Amino acid sequence: MRRKVLAILPSAIVSRGLEQIFRETGEFVLSWVLTELSDARIRSAAPDIIIVDPLVADSASREGLRAHIGTLSDAPVIAFKLMNDGAEGFDAVIGLSDSPATVVKKLRMALDGHSDPARREGGELSAREKEILVCVAKGMLNKEIADKYCLSTHTVITHRKNISRKTGIKTVAGLTVYALLNNLIDINSVE
Amino acid sequence: MNLHSESFPLRAGMKMAQLLDKDFSLLGVFSRMGLDFGFSEASVDEVCRRSGTDTDTFLLICSVYAVPGFRPSADDRVDLKEIVKYLHLSHSYYMDQVLPRLAQALERMTAGCQSKPRSVIRSFFSQYKEELSKHFAYEEDYVFPYVNAVLEGRSGEGFSIAEYERNHSNVEEKLEDLKNLVMKYLPQGCDQSQAMLALVNIYTLEYDLEKHTIIEDEVLVPGVGRIENA
Repeated sequence: MRRKVLAILPSAIVSRGLEQIFRETGEFVLSWVLTELSDARIRSAAPDIIIVDPLVADSASREGLRAHIGTLSDAPVIAFKLMNDGAEGFDAVIGLSDSPATVVKKLRMALDGHSDPARREGGELSAREKEILVCVAKGMLNKEIADKYCLSTHTVITHRKNISRKTGIKTVAGLTVYALLNNLIDINSVE
Repeated sequence: MNLHSESFPLRAGMKMAQLLDKDFSLLGVFSRMGLDFGFSEASVDEVCRRSGTDTDTFLLICSVYAVPGFRPSADDRVDLKEIVKYLHLSHSYYMDQVLPRLAQALERMTAGCQSKPRSVIRSFFSQYKEELSKHFAYEEDYVFPYVNAVLEGRSGEGFSIAEYERNHSNVEEKLEDLKNLVMKYLPQGCDQSQAMLALVNIYTLEYDLEKHTIIEDEVLVPGVGRIENA
């Protein structure tokens, strides 16, 4: 199965060039091309890897671009840089002078380096994750869950991401079904 | 890849049966467009003319489904009225054909289970159906009438295609959840062959919705945007 790439590139020359490279090398496929930032479309796509020209963000928000995309997708993000424009924190950088082999190699390395602990271990939910899953299924908000277990909201969100990654279930309704089917909660405790 | 280049795999002059044979996901497209089997040796162009379908638009839609890596571009010749008609037919196809088939497979799958998993899965599915139906209703009630008004040269008051793009919500998540619930967490006592049937329907719908979204976001939205700005 070829890895799906989402590109956010204003230049058709660049996106078509990449498409050609991917077609010749066969390992990746350019599945989505956006010419400007669209949060909704990044969120609705399911890319394995994202390539972005930092110039799609205005200079004020360019520094936070990597973090912003991170809120929309878990995929590694590669910067395509025409010049040194100060964007930071990307998983790799490609440019016009890279050969097709180098581009593919950099993408592959970014994917390898990106797999986080939860994805590597896969597997069963931890005891804490089960507790949090039960709260989510009962309709509690992140803040309420954080207060109940004396955690930060950020930690609750991380747990929720890991729960979804392990189970493959993203929506609250779906997680409720999971909790019910696995007898983690009683049907009467669901609102 | 250019739709009108000599080397493009789908062409107006090829036989309709040959085109359908390129990728079986086209079966759903043919079904909702009311193209009846028995094409004999007729070409794509001939069948389209006979059924009153715009050939270029038809080829563009088929390419989204059947040509790997194909992306629509502004150079493609396309009749946006036909696109709206196609999207509308797709909505009916999903709601009237695919979802009932999936519902039936899920019911039969859980028929031998205890009542709890049966009712839990039934209620999750009906939530999904409700969500999808609302999503389509918004497009049918607001977006398509607006697009038709723009195409007829009237200005659609108080709405723009950019607004639609911003509000274009994600309806794939619940379907993916359902897939994982069946594949990974199938309750005891479920019928395996019906589970298989449910998964086939889920995968088919998932693939089709993905292509449907490409047609909305990459053909309809930019096409209407160009007319708005003209």
